[in-house]
Amino acid sequence: MVEPVLDVRGLTVALPSDGDRANAVEDISLTVAPGEIVCVVGESGSGKSVTASAVMGLLPAALKPVAGEALLEGENTLAANKTRLRALRGTRMAMIFQEPMTALNPVARVGEQIAEMLEIHTGMSASERRARAIEIMQMVHLPDPEKMIDAYPHQLSGGQRQRIMIAIALVLDPALLIADEPTTALDVTTQAQILTLIKEMQERRGTGVLFITHDFGVVAEIADRVVVMQHGKIVEQGTRDEVLMRPQAPYTQMLMASVPSMTPPARTPVVGARAIDVTGLSKQYGKTGLFGDGRVVLAADDVTLHVNKGETLGIVGESGSGKSTVARCIARLIAPTAGSISLHGTEIATLPEARLRPHRRKVQIVFQDPYRSLNPRRTIGLSLIEAPVNFGIPKDQALASARSLMELVGLSADALDRYPHQFSGGQRQRICIARALAVEPDVLIADEAVSALDVSVQAQVLELLDDIRARYNLAMLFITHDLRVAAQICDRLMVMQKGVVVEHGPTGQVFRDPANEYTKLLLEAAPGRDVTFGAGRAV
Amino acid sequence: MATATLSPGRQTLRRIFRNPSVLIGGTLVLVIVLMGLFAPLLGTRDPSDISPKDRNKPPGYETTVRDYDGNKVPVVYRLGSDTLGRDVYSRIIYGARISLIVGIAVAAISISIGTVIGVIAGYFRWLDGIIMRIMDGLMAIPAILLAIAVVSLFNAGLASVIIAITVPEVPRVVRLVRSIVLSIREEPYVEAAITAGTRTPLLLVRHVLPNTIAPLIVQGTFIVASAIIVEAILSFLGIGIPPEVPTWGNIMAEGRSVFQIFPHNILYPGLVLALTVLSINMLGDGLRDTLDPRFAKRV
Amino acid sequence: MVSYLLRRILATIPVMLFVAVFIFLLLRLTPGDPATIIAGDFANETQVAEIREKLGLDEPMVTQFFVWIGNMVQGDFGESFFYKKQVSDLIASRIEPTLSLSLLTIVLTVTIAVPMGTLAAYKQGSWLDRGIMGFSVLGFSLPVFVIGYALIYLFSIKLGWLPVQGYQRISDGVGGWLLRLLLPSLALAVIFVAFIARMTRTSVLEVLGEDYIRTARAKGQTETRVLLRHALRNAAVPIVTVIGLAFAILIGGVVVTESVFTLPGLGLLTVEAVLARDFPTIQAVILLFSFIYVLINLMIDVSYTLLDPRIRY
Repeated sequence: MVEPVLDVRGLTVALPSDGDRANAVEDISLTVAPGEIVCVVGESGSGKSVTASAVMGLLPAALKPVAGEALLEGENTLAANKTRLRALRGTRMAMIFQEPMTALNPVARVGEQIAEMLEIHTGMSASERRARAIEIMQMVHLPDPEKMIDAYPHQLSGGQRQRIMIAIALVLDPALLIADEPTTALDVTTQAQILTLIKEMQERRGTGVLFITHDFGVVAEIADRVVVMQHGKIVEQGTRDEVLMRPQAPYTQMLMASVPSMTPPARTPVVGARAIDVTGLSKQYGKTGLFGDGRVVLAADDVTLHVNKGETLGIVGESGSGKSTVARCIARLIAPTAGSISLHGTEIATLPEARLRPHRRKVQIVFQDPYRSLNPRRTIGLSLIEAPVNFGIPKDQALASARSLMELVGLSADALDRYPHQFSGGQRQRICIARALAVEPDVLIADEAVSALDVSVQAQVLELLDDIRARYNLAMLFITHDLRVAAQICDRLMVMQKGVVVEHGPTGQVFRDPANEYTKLLLEAAPGRDVTFGAGRAV
Repeated sequence: MATATLSPGRQTLRRIFRNPSVLIGGTLVLVIVLMGLFAPLLGTRDPSDISPKDRNKPPGYETTVRDYDGNKVPVVYRLGSDTLGRDVYSRIIYGARISLIVGIAVAAISISIGTVIGVIAGYFRWLDGIIMRIMDGLMAIPAILLAIAVVSLFNAGLASVIIAITVPEVPRVVRLVRSIVLSIREEPYVEAAITAGTRTPLLLVRHVLPNTIAPLIVQGTFIVASAIIVEAILSFLGIGIPPEVPTWGNIMAEGRSVFQIFPHNILYPGLVLALTVLSINMLGDGLRDTLDPRFAKRV
Repeated sequence: MVSYLLRRILATIPVMLFVAVFIFLLLRLTPGDPATIIAGDFANETQVAEIREKLGLDEPMVTQFFVWIGNMVQGDFGESFFYKKQVSDLIASRIEPTLSLSLLTIVLTVTIAVPMGTLAAYKQGSWLDRGIMGFSVLGFSLPVFVIGYALIYLFSIKLGWLPVQGYQRISDGVGGWLLRLLLPSLALAVIFVAFIARMTRTSVLEVLGEDYIRTARAKGQTETRVLLRHALRNAAVPIVTVIGLAFAILIGGVVVTESVFTLPGLGLLTVEAVLARDFPTIQAVILLFSFIYVLINLMIDVSYTLLDPRIRY
């Protein structure tokens, strides 16, 4: 057997005494062989990033490794002194990070940032460094490296920036590459390209890769072996197919069951009455003419849609596609530039705030970030009765229905006296759903409402949303960038690109037989689309 | 874990009272406030009492004066006397009153006016441009010069000094409040309240304004400190509160001409002034660290 | 680039215009007759009438303003009532001490404060950091005239090392000039150092928490270079901004420092003018100081484009 490039044995990292558990990670043992990609996968707080930082010696000062060793080609990095550690970083082990924008120094040219690696570790002259930087930029398939080498990070796209990061990491040909959620901040099509690049580089150079991710699609796409972590411990490890198809640990089985399938379940078309009709909706940012600076963005361009009662319409698209703009226009958080929004025949697109207010109860919205969706200074009860009281329902009655709503979303009615910080992200999202339901809306907009949640919690909240949609015969507008989620919950699907609707149809049909080129591209880019996780249960 | 059940407000209070900076600064401020309040009880004499025979005496000078019944009473000039023979100790103690009144009045007025303007600028976009241009203009005049310009027009007095110091502080408060309002109005919970049909005034009071309280308390303490300094400067330059009123700046102005021979007239009030400002700044620093580290950078 | 510059310069026009209107109206809108205010408490009827005539106070307000601003633009700041001289000549004769004091203070401050703040940030939580921060709170609390007198007391009266007060023109010898400016600029620099060191610390601390600092460390870069090459380069914009804002404090400080050390500069002129109710001089000096302050901040805005490639056009 070949010697592994990385051999972590019994790694334990202690948390400060006021932490919620004793150790950030406990007794972690894993290996990465040359030319192997090992995915460490887990939900937030599982300790996967701590493991990666510990190997690099980049742990924050508050976290201290207290036991175990991390052998990099036989040398324990945990025991190495600062000088030795600096010499190892870049040459034998390198790291890429989640946010390619913030991981690059914004005021330094990208070429300089690649060359810095050579300046630290080699005796190359400036011209040699520049030549080498151009060479590695070519290798990571950056267009026109001679020109781009003098660009600043903000002049590059997200994918290009991550390619620069990969170029920096690989320029000295390290034995080990640690990738900490390297594609999480990227759009799905860009993600697919970066994953391909990492695989290509690793195959060509025989680099061992420790790949940290929370996304099982990515795992399916790229992993040779998989390590599953929970609460700082390893619960299961094995080959990709073993862990994804035949998980042994109950936790892994639960996770696999939670990953939404790319195959939409069969759905009968919903033929209820129209709840909302949107025609020719456009939203333009920036001003033209005398006072504008000439920069005009058409965030939504001539969008027409309708949602029937009891139906879920999904809008999918990448960032900048305008899907959230459409949602915010319909909720009238922003005023559309043109078009009509009709609620049972009432035109709300152009109503001024005072006359709009009575109609607001009919359209409610659940936002993406559960941590910012509730006023931290007000109890859950006060948040839940705010809307009903605004619409003239007596306080006692509103409180009584708030209690039953809390139970409906799976929380205790006693929780009404508590504050948001006492709840987890998933619980907060349930509270937000209860708040939206409190005024008995006709239309519920979920704007990336499950995107910030861990996969197991995501499955539960999706189930809840589908439940209440059926129970209240709600028209639901579901905005998401996640095709898996869309496949499971939407009756019909709209695909948006650069403000324009490029495809529209029943979910099953869009997935099976996409008509538009961009839709095809999106579907092909979805990681792990051919893998059936665990039992492949539908929502 | 016991603290988790407390409301966010109670938790903050708990943190505040455990901060050493708050405790030390707060205690000193309290001592100075009490000193001002109970000035007549602290072994002082009438701070305006002139005694031509006792001019320019060093600290600890003892003499006798006749009281209203004509009896000779022994008195001690603990910190010496000024060029008119007034007791510097008594003038310093009474001087605390003026400094505190000016500081607190300036903070209260500038925060009230600044908050109203800041909320209007932050929430009503069409007014924002005009208001902020005016504030930029006001801020383009260095604060002390602006204050000097204002006092030069009115007759010297407490009210004109307070107005003069308040005017340049207002735009700073406006900027702070506006920046908070602008960031908070984008918060999803504010947007949720909009879709809940909450009317704008209630929306501001309920969801937006509470976020300004902590930074304004912090900013307020710093305004008190800087107003006390500016008042002392104006009085020292002879363009502030009339010279017969005991203020720290006036005592120092009085001592200027004889400073090389009798430095105590300037050094003692200077020391008390510095200590007062220091303790208020310490309190402010501690409050900023505990109340709202995020907003600390905005000022 | 040129269009950016042009737009920034244009943007200062409304600000300066507002300042001018404000200073103009300050005198006209005060309760009472401006001529009587200017003439002072001991003036007789003819003197008041003379002033009214001179200022054109019987003209409509708008005409008065445009006459006034028109004269200003041409460099005619009017005649001082007190000194009986052209205000522009008065200012010209008084500008050297002020310029000397300000420049020396700025140089002193920046060379001390920026390294101090950076060091404090880098050694966050250490005794060094606490010491520097303690000094900063103290320095911010000591009024400049208290420091000034304390310094005079110590170095001039007790130790007799330095001249007590006064100014020597630079043309009469650099040594004497520097000797007499040493204490004033030191006194003035204290508050300034306190302010800029603190803001530098905050900016550097914030930058040190950024992802690209972690990237630099992951490259195996040394800590010194991480600090100089990555942290300070990124903290430059906020630090320069703070230095610009500090000019407002500096200008206020100049007025007080010149009074304490009897330096015959613009600051002392301002105080003398206020005491003499010499309004043409007051207006001109305040307008001039504000103009300089706006100009400095314009220059700082423009310097951003050199410091940060993201800010362009």
